[in-house]
Amino acid sequence: MASLDRVKVLVLGDSGVGKSSLVHLICQNQVFGNPSWTVGCSVDVRVQDYKEGTPEEKTFYIELWDIGGSVGSASSIKSTRAVFYNSVNGIILVHDLTNKKSSQNLYRWSMEALNKDSSPTGVIVSNGDYDREQFVENAVPLLLIGTKFDQIPENKRGEVLTRTAFLSEDFNAEEINLDCTNPRYFAAGTSNAVKLSRFFDKVIEKRYFTRDSSQMTGFTDRKRFNFKSLHYD
Amino acid sequence: FGWLFFMRQLFKDYEVRQYVVQVVFSVTFAFSCTMFELIIFEILGALSSTSRYFHWKLNLYVILLVLIFVVPFYIAYFVVSNIRLLQRQKLLFACMVWFTFMYFFWKLGDPFPILSPKHGILSIEQLISRVGVIGVTLMALLSGFGAVNCPYTYMSYFLRNVTDSDILALERRLLQTMDMIVSKKKRIAMTRRQMYQRGEDQNKQTGFWGMIKSVTSTQTGSENLSLIQQEVDALEELSRQLFLETVDLQATKERIEYSKTFQGKYFNFLGYFFSIYCVWKIFMVKFWSQHISFILVGIIIVTSIRGLLITLTKFFYAISSSKSSNVIVLVLAQIMGMYFVSSVLLMRMSMPLEYRSIVTEVLGELQFNFYHRWFDVIFLVSALSSILFLYLAHKQAPEKHMAL
Repeated sequence: MASLDRVKVLVLGDSGVGKSSLVHLICQNQVFGNPSWTVGCSVDVRVQDYKEGTPEEKTFYIELWDIGGSVGSASSIKSTRAVFYNSVNGIILVHDLTNKKSSQNLYRWSMEALNKDSSPTGVIVSNGDYDREQFVENAVPLLLIGTKFDQIPENKRGEVLTRTAFLSEDFNAEEINLDCTNPRYFAAGTSNAVKLSRFFDKVIEKRYFTRDSSQMTGFTDRKRFNFKSLHYD
Repeated sequence: FGWLFFMRQLFKDYEVRQYVVQVVFSVTFAFSCTMFELIIFEILGALSSTSRYFHWKLNLYVILLVLIFVVPFYIAYFVVSNIRLLQRQKLLFACMVWFTFMYFFWKLGDPFPILSPKHGILSIEQLISRVGVIGVTLMALLSGFGAVNCPYTYMSYFLRNVTDSDILALERRLLQTMDMIVSKKKRIAMTRRQMYQRGEDQNKQTGFWGMIKSVTSTQTGSENLSLIQQEVDALEELSRQLFLETVDLQATKERIEYSKTFQGKYFNFLGYFFSIYCVWKIFMVKFWSQHISFILVGIIIVTSIRGLLITLTKFFYAISSSKSSNVIVLVLAQIMGMYFVSSVLLMRMSMPLEYRSIVTEVLGELQFNFYHRWFDVIFLVSALSSILFLYLAHKQAPEKHMAL
C-alpha cells in the first residue's frame, strides 16, 4: 500500500459551497448524506490509474485535502491553515454557482495557497492583488468546479455558464459544473469524468514525469542570466 | 448611513438575496441612531422643545412598529422556509408562529408590575414596557458578560506564555495525525478496490469450492475494513482537536505580540481602568456624583455598542452560511433594536434630574424604578456567572497542555 507514490491535491473554496460532498463523491462514488461544517482539514483518498488502458498504466493514490474555513478568517486561523499547504501538487477550486461572492473569493484562496507554496521563483505578491502572470506559468495545475448546478433555474443557466467560462480562463484551468447530490455526474464515460481523470493525470505527470525536464529548463535560464549579467558588467 | 455600514462590514463574503431584508435592517439601524441623536440633542438643548417632542414620538412609533410586527414575522417566515418539510404552507405556518410569539409577548407582561389600570390594551406604554423588559434583560446579560470579558481580554496578566516552539510542536503533531489518517484511508481504498475486483472475479468462478473461498475472504475483508474505519474516525476527531488547539495558540501568540505594541499598551491601560470601574459598579449601588457618572455611562454605552457590534460581527462570521443568512440579519436587527430602546430607558437612570422631564413625558407612565432594579439584578447574575465560566475555562486550558 505504501509502495505507491503519493500525490497531494488541495480542495479549496468558501464555507458551505460543498467541498466535503464533492470529495466524498469523487472518492467513494457515493453521495454524502450528512454534510456538516468541516473543522480543520479532512482527507480522502482516490485510487487513480494513470494512463489507463495503455501499457504504461500505473496506479497512484491521490490525496484530496479538503480544508475548511473562509478567506475572511482571523489570521490565527490562516496561519494554522498554512500548515496544510506544503508540497501541493494540484488544486481544485470549488465555488457555489448560486453565490457570486464565492467565485470572487477564489482569487484570494488561490493567492493564499500558492504564496505558501515553496515556489522557486519567489514571486512576492501583496495581499489581495491578483497577478495573472503567476497563473499562466504556474507549476501547479488547477481545476475549477462549480457546485449546486441543480439549484439554478433553467433560464439563468446560460449566463452562469458564461461567467464560469471567464473564470476558468482567468485561472487557465479546466472547469466542471455539477451537483454533488447526484452521482450521475461522475459516472464513467461522462465528459465530467473524463475531465477529472485528465486533471488527475496532469497532476501526476507534473509531479513525477516532467520534473527532470523542468529542472533542465531552469538550468538553461540561469545560464542565460549569468551571461547577461556578465555582459552588463 | 446604516446601509453603508451594512453592506461593507457584515456581508463581505456572502450574498443576501432578499432585498427586503437589507432594507429592514438598515431602517432599524437608522432609526436607532436617530434616537441617540435625539438624546444628545436633549442634553445640548439644540432644537426647540416642541419639534423634539414630535420627533421623539415619531421615532418611537416607527421603531416599535418595526420591532414588534415586521421583524418577528419575517424571522418566522424565513425560519419556516428553511425547514424543508413545510414548503407548501409557508405563509400559513409563518402566521401561526407569529401569533404564538405575540401571545408569549403578552404573557410576559403579567408577572411584572407594569400594567397600570388607566390605559387600554394596545397603547404605546404597554408595548414599550414589554419591549423594555426583554431589552433590559438582554442588555444586562451582555454588559455583565462584557464587563468581565473586557479585562480578561486586555490585561496581559492573564495571557499565558506561548512560545514558537510550542506552536511548531503542535503543528508537527497535527501533520503526523493527518499522515496517519491518510495512510489508513489508503489501506481502506486499496482493500475496497481489491474486494471489488475480487467480486468481479467471483462472478467468473464456478464450483462449490470457489464459492466458499470467496465468502470467507470477503468476510475477513469487511471486518478489517470496519476496524480500520473506526480507527480513522478516532484519528479524525483527534486531528480536529489539534487543529482547534493550534488556532487557539496562534491567537494567543498574536495577542501577546499586539500587547507589546503601542496600541496594545494603550488598550491595556484602558482595560485596567474599565476593570476597576466594572468591579466598582458591581459592588456599589449609589454614584457619588451625577455628572461624572453620566459621562462614564456615556462612555460605557459607546464602548458597549462598539463591543456589541464587533461581537455580533464575529458571531455572524462564525455561524453564517448561505442558507440562514436572512434569518441572521433579521435576528441581528431585532436584537439591535431592542438593545437601543432599552438603553434609552436605562440612560434615564443616570441622567441628571432636569433632563428627565421630557423623557418621562414622552414615554408615559412607566415604572422606572422597577427597570433599574431588574437591570441591576440581571447584571449581577450574568457578571458572576461569566466570572465563573471564564475561571473554569482558564483553569482547564493549562491542564490540557500538561496532559499533552
